[in-house]
Amino acid sequence: MLKDKDRIFQNLYNDLGSDIISAQKRGDWINTKEIISKGRDWIINEVKESQLRGRGGAGFPTGLKWSFAPKEVGSRPHYLVINADESEPGTCKDRDILRFEPHKLIEGCLIASYAVQAHVCYIYIRGEYFLDGQKLQAAIDDAYEKKLIGKNASGTGWDLDIYIHYGAGAYICGEETALLESIEGNKGQPRLKPPFPALIGLYGCPTIINNVETIAVVPTILRRGGKWFASLGREKNTGTKIFCISGNVNSPCNVEEEMNISLKELIEVHAGGVVGGWDNLQAVIPGGSSMPLIPKDKCETLTMDFDSLVAEKSGLGTAGVVVINKDQDIIKCMARIARFYKHESCGQCTPCREGSGWMWRMLERMANGEASKDEIEMLGDVTKQIEGHTICAFGEGSSWPVQGLLRHFKDEIKKRNKFDPIVKENKNIPYLVDQHLLDKNA
Amino acid sequence: MSLKRPSKEQPESFEFNSSSLDAANKIIAKYPKGKQQSAVMALLYIAQRQNNNWIPLAAMKYIAKILDMPYIKVYEVATFYSMYNLSPVGKYFVQVCTTTPCMIRGANKLVEACKEKISENESELSPDKNCSWMEVECLGACVNAPMMQINDEYYEDLNKEKTLEILDTILKGDTPKPGSYRGRVNNEPENNRKTLMEFKNA
Repeated sequence: MLKDKDRIFQNLYNDLGSDIISAQKRGDWINTKEIISKGRDWIINEVKESQLRGRGGAGFPTGLKWSFAPKEVGSRPHYLVINADESEPGTCKDRDILRFEPHKLIEGCLIASYAVQAHVCYIYIRGEYFLDGQKLQAAIDDAYEKKLIGKNASGTGWDLDIYIHYGAGAYICGEETALLESIEGNKGQPRLKPPFPALIGLYGCPTIINNVETIAVVPTILRRGGKWFASLGREKNTGTKIFCISGNVNSPCNVEEEMNISLKELIEVHAGGVVGGWDNLQAVIPGGSSMPLIPKDKCETLTMDFDSLVAEKSGLGTAGVVVINKDQDIIKCMARIARFYKHESCGQCTPCREGSGWMWRMLERMANGEASKDEIEMLGDVTKQIEGHTICAFGEGSSWPVQGLLRHFKDEIKKRNKFDPIVKENKNIPYLVDQHLLDKNA
Repeated sequence: MSLKRPSKEQPESFEFNSSSLDAANKIIAKYPKGKQQSAVMALLYIAQRQNNNWIPLAAMKYIAKILDMPYIKVYEVATFYSMYNLSPVGKYFVQVCTTTPCMIRGANKLVEACKEKISENESELSPDKNCSWMEVECLGACVNAPMMQINDEYYEDLNKEKTLEILDTILKGDTPKPGSYRGRVNNEPENNRKTLMEFKNA
């Protein structure tokens, strides 16, 4: 288990208070000026050396992303945008950072803004977290008052303004270009990439977008050194990560742990075990609802990091671990996730808009045992037609969980669904081709 | 995609009161000159707060005028995002999360409780017109499942009995205490904490 002194978020459970004085006691803001005086290149190199990967789901190397910002500020200003639109089912880590460690985030914003030469930083918080956003706003006001941000922030000579922008309940706005559209006052529909936001982003200006957790760990990395961070976890999957363990466990919780921790340790030690014992485990969604589930037999040895989960055809995503035990109907669980995606599709690309509804309706019928055998193949086909055929990664996010279900629980679906496709009974299935036969009672 | 329709009964006109106008001007100042359109989401929230938690069409026209943007673009935004209510909701607006992590911990019991206490169907006002409920997608408090949101506050770690108690309180016109209803502190593992021990109860 990770040593307490190596945990970055010391106030994850709010034992110590989130105000600025308690935060300074924990080491926030103590030598910000000194860190920034070491220069842009040093900061970016140190972050590169730490091998920090984005904590928002895609796992893109943060140092590399920052180095994409133009070296010289041209006629267009640079922006830093923080993605706090945490809406992935199973994930609730950013909320705790906003509530309990706001100064880690604000200090991270200052350092990152300096590194990418931005004078304005927008923090996009999902609308439901209004009260948590107010807590962050209070912390920002405190930081302004103490001259930690604002004009000549922390005495570094760098000016920085931080503003909060509230979302309004659209999951898709967690996608970086949809988020930019949303800040610009439009519907949150993703843009085509390229051009990438690092060159043409918010208001057409160079913009770097990072997740809350990514930015909040940066000050600690720079204080303790990239080498320290890189020494945790394993090569290319370094550092610590907040895991959210929810679902059928005895004590669901958020916990900061080392990357590459074993899934069994997370569940058994930190979350008090599966309800009904380890043998009652059915499957685990390892990284928020978009990631394919993993059946019990693989959970024994699974370790939680980006690359080892990709090897299992899943992914770490946001590290929202949803544990599903044998008391649950796995098809029903996935049908509910499909309904989530149907509800949240932005409607821009046809394969996703129509396909997400198809998947949901088929899975609902499969859960009720009303589907025919060949529909199982058809469902797999639908997922393949969505995946890779959309502007943003929502297409993958909605089809991967269904593919995961088909990969590991096909037998379960087959066992339940024996409906004969040739219409003999008077079943009202609107899209069967031989619907007309129903009238004649053929 | 979710479909939203504006209410059939609409007020004739809408204007910000002075405190709303102040708030609106402060928000517009956050964005660069000429990019005032960015404030549309925040202004819709302000209109919603001023107008008993829902946005009439007149308010969209009014906001379009303030921000110097086409009315249809405001309409687009208001219909795209799910947190803008386009028809009246109760003074106490109950949102029950029923996405998978909540579902497998019994969110349907919360829905049952809402049906018993508030109204048979979602988005329907209770008999005293004070309260309405709806099912929503993930509210981002999955380790505290099942949970619901009433206006701005989160109510976590619920079961049917606790939900009925909370609903009784709001039907009486009081505001129940937000947070966990199993007595745990924030997101720590209940009775099973293994980390950051030296700070516990510090």
